[in-house]
Amino acid sequence: MRLDLTRIQPWIAPGSRVLDLGCGGGEFLQRLQHERQVRGMGLEIDPDNITAAVARGLDVVEQNMDEGLGNFPDQSFDTVVMAHALQAVHYPDRVLDEMLRIGREGIVTFPNFGHWRCRLYLGTRGRMPVSKFMPYTWYDTPNIHFCTVQDFEALCRDKGIRILDREMVGNTERKPLLAGAWPNLFAVTAIYRLSR
Amino acid sequence: MTTTVSDSVGSVGSVGIVSPQTARFEEPLTLACGRELAPYELVYETYGELNAARSNAVLICHALSGHHHAAGYHSDQDRKPGWWDEYIGPGKPIDTARFFVVSLNNLGGCHGSTGPTSINPGTGKPWGPDFPPLRARDWVHSQARLADRLGIDAWAAVIGGSLGGMQAMRWALEYPERVKHCVVIASAMKLSAQNIAFNEIARHAIQSDPDFAGGRYLEHNSLPAQGLGLARMVGHITYLSDDAMAAKFGRDLRSGTLERGGEDDVEFQVQSYLRYQGSQFSGSFDANTYILMTRALDYFDLAREYGDDPVAAFRHAQCRFLVISFSTDWRFSPVRSREIVDALIAAGRPVTYAEIEANEGHDAFLMPIPRYRDLFAAYMQRVGSD
Repeated sequence: MRLDLTRIQPWIAPGSRVLDLGCGGGEFLQRLQHERQVRGMGLEIDPDNITAAVARGLDVVEQNMDEGLGNFPDQSFDTVVMAHALQAVHYPDRVLDEMLRIGREGIVTFPNFGHWRCRLYLGTRGRMPVSKFMPYTWYDTPNIHFCTVQDFEALCRDKGIRILDREMVGNTERKPLLAGAWPNLFAVTAIYRLSR
Repeated sequence: MTTTVSDSVGSVGSVGIVSPQTARFEEPLTLACGRELAPYELVYETYGELNAARSNAVLICHALSGHHHAAGYHSDQDRKPGWWDEYIGPGKPIDTARFFVVSLNNLGGCHGSTGPTSINPGTGKPWGPDFPPLRARDWVHSQARLADRLGIDAWAAVIGGSLGGMQAMRWALEYPERVKHCVVIASAMKLSAQNIAFNEIARHAIQSDPDFAGGRYLEHNSLPAQGLGLARMVGHITYLSDDAMAAKFGRDLRSGTLERGGEDDVEFQVQSYLRYQGSQFSGSFDANTYILMTRALDYFDLAREYGDDPVAAFRHAQCRFLVISFSTDWRFSPVRSREIVDALIAAGRPVTYAEIEANEGHDAFLMPIPRYRDLFAAYMQRVGSD
C-alpha cells in the first residue's frame, strides 16, 4: 500500500463512516473495513477500478467529482478522503469545500510540486518535470492543478479551513527528517487532516 | 421442489433442460385496486439447489414482455434458451452452482400464470378485459406467497431489469426484512411523460384494431394481431438506440432499388425486421396482458405513498443495492438510475452504481456486455458470501 495511505489510517476512527473520493480499485477502503471496521463508500470513474472495488466487496458509485457532489447530504460521513486526486480535479477549492460539507473531517493527500527535484528539473532544464511520481507530459496528463505545500496551506488559510494534522512523506519509509523540517522543499507527498 | 435439470442440451454454462412448475393459491389475494383474486396460479421455474439454510435464493422479476422461462431450454428442439440465459447459469453472474434461482410469470401474464386469458370462475369465460388491473405491488405480494410456498424466508437478492427493477425496489420497501440485496437494472422510480406516451401509443394501436372487440377477442375467436404487432414495433424502436439500429440495419435494402429508372417498391431491412418482430410478438403474446402490463408500468411511482419523497421511501429499506444503467438507453435513461442512487445515498443506504457504456439502448440489459457481466458477477459473488 502507498505510504500516504498507511499514514492516514490512524486518523480514521474505528466504526466510522468513510467516503473515499477517487477510491481506485478499493485497496484502501478494503483495508479500512478489515482493520477499522468502517462503513465505507467509494466514488470512482474508471470502469475497471469500479469492478475491482466491487469484487473487494465495497460499495462504489460511478460519479465524476468534477460534476459536483451535491447528491451527498451535509455531514453524512465522519471522514471524506481524497488521496492523490486533488491535482486532477477541475476545481480543487470547491471539492475541498464539498468534502468538509459532507464530512466532519477531510483527509487530502497530494504530490508536492515544490519538491527540490521538481525545482531542480525546472530550474536546470527549463522543462516541466517528468519523473517516476509524475510520469506524464504536460499536454497529456490527468494532473491539471499541481500545487506546493505552501500553496495548499495558503488556500486553507484563505478558506478558513483548519489543519488538524499534517504528515509529510519523503522518498523512503524512514522518518522523513528533512521533509519534516522543510516540507515545501523535501516532501514528496503531503497529507492533511482538515476540518471547518 | 427443484426443477429437473439435465445436461443433454446446451453448452457449458447452461442450466440445461428445465421444466416449468405451477403453484396454485386458494387464499384470496387482495389487490391494490381493492378487488380480491382467488384462486390463482403462478407458473415458475427454478435453477440450482436451495441450500440447507435456505439462504441462497434469488428472485428474478421479469419486464414487460418477459415470463418465467429465464434460462435453459424446455426441450432438445428449442432453438433459443430462456430470455436471460446470458446471465443465469453455472459460472454466469447469477451462478446456479451457488444460487437457487426462482423465475416466475407474473400474475396477469400470458405464459401460464393466471391472467386475462384464464377462465374467470365467475362467468366460465376468459377474463379478457375484466381481469383486475394490477400494480407492481400486487406482483410483489404474489411473489412473497410463492416464496412462502418454497420455504424462502428472505431472498439473498431480488433482481430485475426495467419493469422488473421496479418490482425489486418495491420488494425492498414492502418486505424489507425479506431482501438482502436489491439489483435494479435499467429501471426508474417512475416513468416520464414521454415514456407513458409511448405506452399509450401501444395501447391505442391495440384498442383501435377492429379485432380487439373491446378486449373480448377470445370470445369472438379473433386476435388483434395488427394492433399488437404495431404496439410491439413502436416499443421495439424505443428499446434500441439510434446507433444500434444504424449498426444493425443502416439504410440497407431488403428488396427493390433506389436507382433512377426503377419503380419497384423499396423495402429497407429495418422495415422487414420490424414487421417480423411485430408479427412474431402478436402470435405469442396476449393483447390484454400487454395493456395490463403497460398500465402497471405507467402507474408505478415508488415514492407516492411516502409523501412523494424517494429518500423517505428508501429509509424503509434494509438491503444493499446495486443499480446499473446503460449509456444509450433513452427509454430508462441513466438519469433515472441516478435519481435512484441519489435517493439511496441521501437515505444512507449502501449502494453501488455503474453506468455501462453500451450501444444497445434499453435492450442492453439482456445482452452479453463484458463490463456489465464482470460487474454483475463481482457483485453477485458478494451476495453469495454475505
